[in-house]
Amino acid sequence: MRKVLSEYMERKYRADLKPPVDGNLIKNRAAIVGIGQTKYSRFSNRDELDMACEAIKAAVDDAGLTMQDIDGITAFTIDRFAMPMLVNCLGMRNIRYSSEVTGGGGAACGVTMHAAAAVVTGMANYVVVFRSLNEASGQRYGRGDSYAEYMLTAVTPHYGYHWPFGFVTPLGWAGVWGKRWMYEFGITREQIGWWPVVLRENAQKNPNAIFYGRPITLKDYMESPMIVDPLKLHDCCVDTDGAAAYIVTTVERARDLKQRPAIIMAAAQSCPIEQEIQTIYNRPVISGLVETWYMAQELYRIAGVGPEDIDVAQIYDPYSIGGIIQLEELGFCERGESGRFIEGGDNIRVGGKIPVNTAGGLLSEAYIHGYNLVIEGVRQIRGTSTNQVPDCELSLVTAGPGVPTSGIILRRD
Amino acid sequence: MVEYVKGIPIMRPYIDQDNRGYWDAVKQHKLVLQRCRVCKEFYHPPRPMCPVCHSQDTLEWVPSSGKGIVYSFVNFTSDRMAYPAFKLPYSVVLVELEEGVRITANTHEIPAEEVYIGMPVEVTFEDLAPDFTLYRFKKRGA
Repeated sequence: MRKVLSEYMERKYRADLKPPVDGNLIKNRAAIVGIGQTKYSRFSNRDELDMACEAIKAAVDDAGLTMQDIDGITAFTIDRFAMPMLVNCLGMRNIRYSSEVTGGGGAACGVTMHAAAAVVTGMANYVVVFRSLNEASGQRYGRGDSYAEYMLTAVTPHYGYHWPFGFVTPLGWAGVWGKRWMYEFGITREQIGWWPVVLRENAQKNPNAIFYGRPITLKDYMESPMIVDPLKLHDCCVDTDGAAAYIVTTVERARDLKQRPAIIMAAAQSCPIEQEIQTIYNRPVISGLVETWYMAQELYRIAGVGPEDIDVAQIYDPYSIGGIIQLEELGFCERGESGRFIEGGDNIRVGGKIPVNTAGGLLSEAYIHGYNLVIEGVRQIRGTSTNQVPDCELSLVTAGPGVPTSGIILRRD
Repeated sequence: MVEYVKGIPIMRPYIDQDNRGYWDAVKQHKLVLQRCRVCKEFYHPPRPMCPVCHSQDTLEWVPSSGKGIVYSFVNFTSDRMAYPAFKLPYSVVLVELEEGVRITANTHEIPAEEVYIGMPVEVTFEDLAPDFTLYRFKKRGA
């Protein structure tokens, strides 16, 4: 296995991992043209289908389209309602393309890629991409007791090696590789704390953020209760009820629509060796995110740019460490250096080396399974973020760490 | 250390044709690992094909020494994220076995605050029901 992963073991940003791409048909040919979302809350009192309809209608309106223009639909594999029900509710009569992408939160940009692939190949003209979840008031994947509600036996063989030991929730699974990363690189809890503190600052500028009006200091972070050692309360994302959606079409069509297009410069997925759903423990190293590194190399290779060219990044952070380690894998700092890189927060604030999660991220804006990150990535290109990076040309978005993952680079027209 | 809350079932492993040998051995208080006869590599979790030579009939069960070190671990300290059948706090250790494979389990007679990365441990077993046995790791001398 060590031999298989040798290029990762010596990892750093490499433009020469593979030759430049000239056959990638998605590159610069598709764009995100409409965005929509519901209110983000801790108790929606609505079902997920209901919220999905609202977010999709908002995205269609934002683009200046009608429901009958939409002829493709792309989603996660884990929605709790069947896609045809949604199509019925929206009265869509022209659907001719649909796909679902696996990986949970790792699919957050894979869905964008599938939509882009559909429009550039002519399988559809306008694809809607959506996610709707009652993660706060419904069944909570992130809560230990929710596992007891529905299972006496692990649901897949691979979970069977973990769940019988009370080893449940993404926080637990990630805590194991997070602790190893802290151990190998001497990362301190104070360093980790800067990520939630800066994201909470960003959320103070975003009235739609769940934690708008509730700032925290590093002292608050340090004093917050331990949930799964090594992770504290403020290391955890904010379980949210809500929905988000966006529309993908070709760049030619995008130029005739209402909004400034966010052009999809590159999109990539990754599922490297010994990939599991967060329990990625039989790789030569577990102190890094192999899938994110491979995804990033592919993304930069397709786009023909490097990490130094990116103006703003929305980094999928279901827990602080999952976001912080990605800084290393995306090439924004050296391996093992991310703790020192975020110390004090200036490198990741607007005006710093790489502003991250400018709307508050999954920790402080909302946990819409990464869709809110894609939408913020689009706002940065449009110039409409509540925490705008000046002259933003290139906007990177990533998906879940520790799972089959994905990413996109958006650019201005 | 692990203590259970009475009345809440402990989840059982998902057993299929590919991993039945692993869990059958556990019932007999033995830890076995899957190895390819040709490649001599160990693989975990068990699988139907050797990912290197792509053979489907060279995978065999090999006894593990059951000895290893704690490669990493977590301590569940809050009922927000813990599985309710377990008394808090409880540890889950990722043990790197001498064979190179890493597996997770609870600890046996090690208080949560005493677990550390690099701790030498060895496997032990507990029968939880007539048809259900789990393994754990206890301290051993280096």
